[in-house]
Amino acid sequence: MTAGYNTTSLGTGRREFNPKKPRPGLEHYIKEAGKGVLDQIGGPEHVDEAVIGNFMAARFNKQANLPGFIPYIDEGLQWNPATSVEGACGSGGLALMNGIKTVLSETADVVLALGVEVQNTVKAIYGADILAGAGWYQRRKEGHAYFFPGQFSDRAGAYYEKYDYDRARKGMARWYANAIENARLDPTAQEFQNNVEDPYAQAYGMKPNGRSFVDHLTILDCSKVSDGASAIAICSEEGLEKIGVDKKDATEVVGWAQVIRNITNDPTNLTELETIKKAAHQALESAGVTVDQLGTLELHDCFSIAGILVIEALGLAKPGEGCDYVAAGKTGRKGELPTNTTGGLIGWGHPTGATGVHQAVTIWQQLTGKAGNAQIEIKADKPYGMTINMGGDDVTVIAIVFKRGE
Amino acid sequence: MTYDERLQHVSVLGAAGKMGSGILLLTAIEMADLSLKPENKDKSFVLNAIDVSPAGLSGLMKYLRDQVRKAAEKKTILLRQLYADRDDLIENYDIIDEYIFDVLNIVRPVTGIEAAYQSNLIFEAVSENKDLKVKLLSAIDKNNPNQPWYFTNTSSVPINLVEKEAGIEGRILGFHFYNPPAIQRLVELILTNNTTQEVVDFAHQYAKNLRKVVVLSNDIAGFIGNGHFMRDALHGIKEAEELAAENEFPLYKAIYMVNKVTQDYLVRPMGIFQLIDYVGVDVVKFILNVMDPFVKDEDLHSDLLDKLMLQGVTGGQLSSGAQKDGIFKYKSGRIVAVWDVHKQEYMDLEIFKEDCDEMLGDIPDSQVFWKDTLRDKNKDAKLAAFFNDLKALDALGAAIAIDYGLRSKEIGLKLVNDQVAHTHNDVNTVMLTGFYHAYGPINDFFD
Repeated sequence: MTAGYNTTSLGTGRREFNPKKPRPGLEHYIKEAGKGVLDQIGGPEHVDEAVIGNFMAARFNKQANLPGFIPYIDEGLQWNPATSVEGACGSGGLALMNGIKTVLSETADVVLALGVEVQNTVKAIYGADILAGAGWYQRRKEGHAYFFPGQFSDRAGAYYEKYDYDRARKGMARWYANAIENARLDPTAQEFQNNVEDPYAQAYGMKPNGRSFVDHLTILDCSKVSDGASAIAICSEEGLEKIGVDKKDATEVVGWAQVIRNITNDPTNLTELETIKKAAHQALESAGVTVDQLGTLELHDCFSIAGILVIEALGLAKPGEGCDYVAAGKTGRKGELPTNTTGGLIGWGHPTGATGVHQAVTIWQQLTGKAGNAQIEIKADKPYGMTINMGGDDVTVIAIVFKRGE
Repeated sequence: MTYDERLQHVSVLGAAGKMGSGILLLTAIEMADLSLKPENKDKSFVLNAIDVSPAGLSGLMKYLRDQVRKAAEKKTILLRQLYADRDDLIENYDIIDEYIFDVLNIVRPVTGIEAAYQSNLIFEAVSENKDLKVKLLSAIDKNNPNQPWYFTNTSSVPINLVEKEAGIEGRILGFHFYNPPAIQRLVELILTNNTTQEVVDFAHQYAKNLRKVVVLSNDIAGFIGNGHFMRDALHGIKEAEELAAENEFPLYKAIYMVNKVTQDYLVRPMGIFQLIDYVGVDVVKFILNVMDPFVKDEDLHSDLLDKLMLQGVTGGQLSSGAQKDGIFKYKSGRIVAVWDVHKQEYMDLEIFKEDCDEMLGDIPDSQVFWKDTLRDKNKDAKLAAFFNDLKALDALGAAIAIDYGLRSKEIGLKLVNDQVAHTHNDVNTVMLTGFYHAYGPINDFFD
């Protein structure tokens, strides 16, 4: 993969965001991200096919048939094949998988993979309805007003009860602080301008309040409501040659897994992300890589508790000890496994359908030395990067393992 | 009659007005919430929105729809519980829409007073005219078999007089909301000599359910809030007039200066002349007229306000909530010019502002900004430091500010001495909660 591009993640936190003023629409983001890639690969004539990941444009923007927006990026993309894919917040990851499989099937050498979501068209209380579509609609009635925060609040509550409230809250506060500190290094991040002196103290000091929000999470435990798009080119070796990009400026996909869980079933264990566990291990296995060879990780922290549970699912910490692993700074940018190095879903933002692609762009930036101020050191004995993208409550999961091309 | 039963049939008089619409909104929401209680599901709840203006009532319904939506969006978690048994209402969208319908479904917009003949509780929010109030309440009372209770929103008419002249002994009290009622947390509760305990208990319960802060005030024209504000405004006018005379410059400059001092130096949300504009020059003059006959040792009157009224300078707000031009001309909510009563035109601030600021002198570095005081636990210490620096400063602005702060305290103390307020704390609570002052007028900052 190469030539990644992220638009700004727009929403609360960005100074230019004003909910009362008109803002760019879906097509603007598709065009900006798409052009961002085309400019790096020598124009539209090199693109054989496009795939677009999106979750709920049909409700947020009253818009479907998104493949039709691909030629809006550039007229030169007209008359090509294009597809849209949906798997809730895993839509971006599905777009990547679709592109990877197309290249592997040798029907295309260059696939433009794009993810987009524009969510700030409605207030959060209505956005919660729309995002609830990532769960089973038959469960909506009994769910919380803020449906997904409600789901993960239940997971956090179970974690507090089974293990320890204070240790968990310390881990979650550190998770938030890492997200903000990393986001401040990436100008496209939604929390880039955050200047709170001590984000850890802010998060640790804020107590969950079920009367105004959910029982076991605060708003700082949640990912952002975001407008944004990300795009990247998925190429065969011939494709790379065609666009004139050196392999060193690309990441190689060395393994992956795509795993789904039955959406009509409740999770069997609230303190475990079973699907993520399976997907992550399958992906590592298919790459022939162990978790300690990972130099960086982009994981799906739609909520801070999800971040901690993914750490446990990966086997980096025992069940109930993921919070301590995070609290000890091991996921920090100078820690054992630098995670979500541009802020993740909590700090960079979570334009739902774009997130999977954004993760791949961040890994590409880090492994090829293009992450700017957010650049971390990639050590020779830990050359791999990994993305874990999740749709719904541990339902649709895509995990991909990368290394720098050579 | 229980609390819920009392609120089954209610009327608001003057419902399309600035205060009436807010009272109607809050009462409609309270009644709808009662109607959604399982034990009340088969009972009917009726809220008459009575006003002489059909256009006003039409605007009211739109205002209600928008405001109820906002309220519903804030309490969706609770609403999902209230509608838990409704299988057809699944998403927040469905539930919020149903709630808006349920609230509006209680409201009956009407122009005739006859609708109030069935009510158990009447809110009165018509204009500040004692005779009109007496006429309406006595007409209702003669035709209403329920011996209804009357909550008047008057801010200045003595309620004992209304009670006596309308023949509604024991069944009336003052329930004085602050503007806008939906947002301001303060309510002044004013009892007559006869108000029965049952009415008082109900009023406290109702205020509590609306999450209002209640301050008891005695039935003396103006009560606490206007008792302070009117005198404070007259002091501001007097200061400006003296400043202009002493320095032999036009009044509009002095108005700008006193307004700046009362806002920036006294750390208030707005200067005194802007506050007069906000309330309306006409309303301030009207309240002074109502209060004046009941106040023996003072002359509550201003020639300047009379002159402004004659010149058509009224201030007040548009129905959208935007500030109308008054003593000041506003652009996007900011003051851009001051009315010159002699030339009868607005004078651009840019032309004279710098000179005036220079005359006032520098503000000490310890300056405290009103906005910063809202959540600052340490604000009293910061205010004390700032005011101490002001006292030590030999500058015109500082001198006006200290004098103003002392006068404000004097007014506060007088309200307690005159037995309008029960305690110093009540006076301070009213100014803190109803006027959003950063500190109460009865303080030691300026001594």
